[in-house]
Amino acid sequence: MAVTTMAKAINAGLRKALENDPKVLLMGEDIGKLGGVFRVTDGLQKDFGEARVIDSPLAESGIVGTAVGLAMRGFRPVVEIQFDGFVFPAFDQIVTQVAKHNARSAGRTPMPITIRIPYGGGIGAVEHHSESPEAYFAHTAGLRVISPSNPADAFAMVQQAIACDDPVVFFEPKRRYWDKADVDESLDLATAPSPFRARVVRPGTSVTVVCYGPMVRTCLEAASAAAAEGIELEVVDLRSMSPLDVDTVAASVRRTGRLVVVHEAPVFLGVGAELAARITETCFYSLEAPVLRVGGYHTPYPPARLEEDYLPDLDRVLDAVDRSLAF
Amino acid sequence: MTADGGPELVQLLTPEGERVHHPDYDVELTPDQLRGLYRDLVLVRRVDAEATALQRQGELGLWAQCVGQEAAQVGSGRALAPGDFAFPTYREHGVAWSRGVQPLQLLGLFRGVTNGGWDPHEHNMALYTIVIGDQTLHAVGYAMGMQRDGDDSAVICYFGDGASSQGDVNEAFVFSAVYNAPVVFFCQNNQWAISEPLERQTRIPLYRRADGFGFPGVRVDGNDVLAVLAVTQAALAAAREGQGPTLIEAFTYRMGAHTTSDDPTRYRVAADLEAWKLKDPIERLKVYLARNGWAGHEWFAEIEAEAEALAVDLRRGCREMPEPEKTSMFDHVYAEPHALVDEERAQFEAYHASFVGGGH
Repeated sequence: MAVTTMAKAINAGLRKALENDPKVLLMGEDIGKLGGVFRVTDGLQKDFGEARVIDSPLAESGIVGTAVGLAMRGFRPVVEIQFDGFVFPAFDQIVTQVAKHNARSAGRTPMPITIRIPYGGGIGAVEHHSESPEAYFAHTAGLRVISPSNPADAFAMVQQAIACDDPVVFFEPKRRYWDKADVDESLDLATAPSPFRARVVRPGTSVTVVCYGPMVRTCLEAASAAAAEGIELEVVDLRSMSPLDVDTVAASVRRTGRLVVVHEAPVFLGVGAELAARITETCFYSLEAPVLRVGGYHTPYPPARLEEDYLPDLDRVLDAVDRSLAF
Repeated sequence: MTADGGPELVQLLTPEGERVHHPDYDVELTPDQLRGLYRDLVLVRRVDAEATALQRQGELGLWAQCVGQEAAQVGSGRALAPGDFAFPTYREHGVAWSRGVQPLQLLGLFRGVTNGGWDPHEHNMALYTIVIGDQTLHAVGYAMGMQRDGDDSAVICYFGDGASSQGDVNEAFVFSAVYNAPVVFFCQNNQWAISEPLERQTRIPLYRRADGFGFPGVRVDGNDVLAVLAVTQAALAAAREGQGPTLIEAFTYRMGAHTTSDDPTRYRVAADLEAWKLKDPIERLKVYLARNGWAGHEWFAEIEAEAEALAVDLRRGCREMPEPEKTSMFDHVYAEPHALVDEERAQFEAYHASFVGGGH
């Protein structure tokens, strides 16, 4: 057990995957000598060579499109999209090709591709560097979409994504790259929890708060603050947007009778909208209040000087909790 | 732009069926091999004509005709070694023929009973790709995989003149060049991207695009099966020997419509079609075979009879193609179990079972 950052935990996970399976290879812009702009791939090219840790031309569609061919050839490509807002040139390849190959070929050409995308705001970046595009991908059948919220999960989940025979869009919450926590590098993936299941990260009785990725820490802080006022929030880390673990959320809502969904992505047609609908369908008689959502606005991601007002923070989460309890 | 392909056009068999020589490319074929190529061309054209008729009869939702492009497809397809891998668009019926994909397997996609149709690994040919140019990147990735596996096979990748405008095709050129991937880009310039003429895609001959990416480009007479075979063999050999990609522009003509949904008389003149008919890929080989005494009336009649039998099989097979199982849409969405797909499949089954008799 060692204390490490999320960035280093993902690096360790990638290293394990490269060690354990010669068919795993990494490709992306600046991932080699530089080690990636966030240093997530630091040192991997030095140790595994240029044939397995590939610095690519500056072309996102090319990175994903060639990964399709590599996957057909039997490789397990892990591609890095440098920032969330840069994934759209590759959007066509991801949704029309990567997502559909397994179905079109009746399972003969599966796409065990992991698409790593640093996402979300809070680091004061310029435009196109702070977005949360997960709903686009979760909406597409054939893709799996997950996001870790802490270093231990990041270490396990990146390896699980690579081992999965389906394409996995792996969203890394970039403002949590430097969060530190214990990571057990001797973890046995065979017995580790599925990356496609949600987890109750703080039990409580008053309101269920569902979140994922960068919002988990925010919601845990909100839960601590609420506890001081006698409100016990149950915080659920969703971890996976597709598949969506409705069962775990529903079980929690049946205990608390209330649900607040929190994510950085715009509220409109987001993951929270799906959860609200599903929970209304499955837990109608358990609900004491309508499902409430906290998230980004229906605006382009604002300039960095305004992002504190755009991003859900502890106060906005607690405000939604109060509104839920007021019903 | 030169309508006849210009002096740079590699040609080994003239439209009049005369064997000519080229300083850089040649192919030595036995009469038996030449007859084999002729048979391929005739049968592929018959498959295409029959599928077009089946669409008109309502048996297919759509068909993308390859009439006129048989030599480009058969010549390049027959240049492949068994271990090579082909990435087609949706019009490569002649390539599929040369890879052993049965014509009926092509029809499933257009009839709407499948989104695929064959096992890519069994035939070393990817499924048809509808989104223009996407497959060029898949081809380069596959070729990069061959490099890493130490396999000295090569990849061939098909696309059209319209696709040459797409970003993905240009990205494929960049990736293949910088990684020296063993891939042959085979552009069938059939002069039209639906209704848009070549002039809407480029202001230089397409094969010259290769210069800008740092690998060789060559323009071949796409209606000359011998020249296509020779040029493709040379490009594949170069790829296998570690010399990286080549762009082949097969200069040809789409004699039919883009698909059975459009009407080429709205956008092109009849005189063009008449001019290209004189360059027909099948007629010139027929003249060459006959003139040299390698095939006579009886043999040609046998091939016609074989084509007719193939058409009969295709008609019957198309109509007898089973409808897909209703729940098959839930199969293979994911390689591993996915809760939402399982749930929706169960809902679908329960809904249909709720009708009297259990069906709907």
